[in-house]
Amino acid sequence: MSLGIFLKKYGEDPVFCRKARKGFYIFLGLVVGSDFFVHHDHVNFLWDKIPGWWSFFGFISTVVMIVLSKAIGHAWLMKSEDYYD
Amino acid sequence: MIEWVQPSLFFYAGAAILPFVKGKGRSILLLSIPLLALLAMLSASQGIHGVVPFIGQELIFGRVDKLSLGFGAVFMVSAFASLVFALHVKDCREHIAALLYVGSAVGAIYVGDLFSFFLFWEISSFASVFLIWLRGEKGSNAAGMRYIMVHIAGGLLLFGGIIIHVGSGGGIAFNEMPQAGLGPTLMLMGFLINAAVPPVHAWLADAYPEATLTGVIFLSVFTTKTAIYALIRGFPGTPILIVLGAIMAVYGVMYAVNENNCQRVWCYHLISQNGYMVTGIGIGTALGLNGAVALAFTNIIYKALLMMGISSVTTMTGGRKQSELGGLYRSMPWTFLMFVIGGFAIAGVPPLMGFVSKSIVVSAAAETHQGWVILMLIFGACGTWLHPLKLIYMVFLGEDRGKDRKIEVQDPPANMLWAMRILAFICVFFGFFPGLLYAMFPYPMDYRPYTLGHLVEAFQYMGFTLLVFMLFLKKLTPENYISLDTDYIYRKGSSLFMWLVNRLAFLRHVT
Repeated sequence: MSLGIFLKKYGEDPVFCRKARKGFYIFLGLVVGSDFFVHHDHVNFLWDKIPGWWSFFGFISTVVMIVLSKAIGHAWLMKSEDYYD
Repeated sequence: MIEWVQPSLFFYAGAAILPFVKGKGRSILLLSIPLLALLAMLSASQGIHGVVPFIGQELIFGRVDKLSLGFGAVFMVSAFASLVFALHVKDCREHIAALLYVGSAVGAIYVGDLFSFFLFWEISSFASVFLIWLRGEKGSNAAGMRYIMVHIAGGLLLFGGIIIHVGSGGGIAFNEMPQAGLGPTLMLMGFLINAAVPPVHAWLADAYPEATLTGVIFLSVFTTKTAIYALIRGFPGTPILIVLGAIMAVYGVMYAVNENNCQRVWCYHLISQNGYMVTGIGIGTALGLNGAVALAFTNIIYKALLMMGISSVTTMTGGRKQSELGGLYRSMPWTFLMFVIGGFAIAGVPPLMGFVSKSIVVSAAAETHQGWVILMLIFGACGTWLHPLKLIYMVFLGEDRGKDRKIEVQDPPANMLWAMRILAFICVFFGFFPGLLYAMFPYPMDYRPYTLGHLVEAFQYMGFTLLVFMLFLKKLTPENYISLDTDYIYRKGSSLFMWLVNRLAFLRHVT
């Protein structure tokens, strides 16, 4: 089976996609849950004591990155493609 | 028996012979150059070679130590893959420009004094601009001109710095520079321009996307990484670099959000990645410097792979903007697979190469108790993961926004695919065997990447970045705009200057 056919078989199968999505949510839950049991060798910072901190930080960072960049872009920086011509 | 050869000589000799060799012979010649240079590097003994007396000073054309050997070897692997990718290019001028550019970059890595470093640094700048001009479009001509102006400015700062440093008795040896004084400061500014540190970074995102489709692969590797090498050599442990690097890491990923041009997304992404290296150099501990080296080595590989992915897509479809691409995994499955490996590797998904390199700089910041640096770097890491996800989705998955294109799209020619396969293999290989990568580092360290703590931390922020990506997919829809950056100052400023000059000339004419 060629790579193209293999990718199409799974990429366009709605049942597989739904299962993959569900698997991803379970994975997220497990990752956050596991942080309650992981022993951190070095506790340097406040957040080293908060289980699930990096999940929270990752979520907030990405939201801020997208929303802030788009806001600044639309308000100020984004110009039409022939701006410098 | 010659015991040492400056690796740049292979490239210069190759460039001189190239116009007289055609067909298969040319391909063999091109590919043998980096391999011969690599062989010469590996067979040379560590120490100082090629010392030439020059106006009372000593020029050192060969300093072989772990740092130069590591950079040199990775440069050669990347040059080999990039030349494989460019084998189909008929125009020998482009090959000559690439050879002179790569040869000079590796030449600069291998010298031990400031004068010969400056010489190679400048040849590499002037050779590289031809990779932009050879695209032959109006936009590339102008972008190339801006590129070379910025690099001339950077070169002058470096040269001025060297002259002042040498004049005040600092000597011409290129070792760790004093952290105060006008000479070293000017030199540092010259290096920072080439490392694309904001606010003097805009030349990179301005010029690289205007280069030829094969030229951009070379460009994305050698200029900034030579500058990173120079910073490691000359300015380790300079505190300002921690601040600048952390800002860079955030700035690059923020700007990449709004970019529509795929190559420009990678350019901003590259600026962010360089930020990690600059931070590591600023921290200056063994772990920090090794982290910078690790990121430089691995970034050279996966950034070239990702640039190749976009160049392949543009070669086959003619499109370079996300708003005119999509759904290409069906017609370009191999390009898709290699692009995914590169994208996952750069983001540091375990067990690929990025995971074993990125966490070193973060650990170095933790070791020196700089919490704010860690937060900024992890913020950058979320963006480093967001943008590959975005490009994978917008270019290869999702709906095809370029349905009306007339050509039938397929995977690119064999040479381009093999170049990507070589680099993708390296991304996987060193992820599984990090010890082999770490053995190339200049400073001894005891570091284990695959600890439970590191894995859980990485899976957490990456998992939730992916979740936000899925939730915000609509907001990330590409928009047909460009974003203003600091190049605005000289692009608009130069028009103002010309207007003023013309006015003055007119007045003089009248009087």
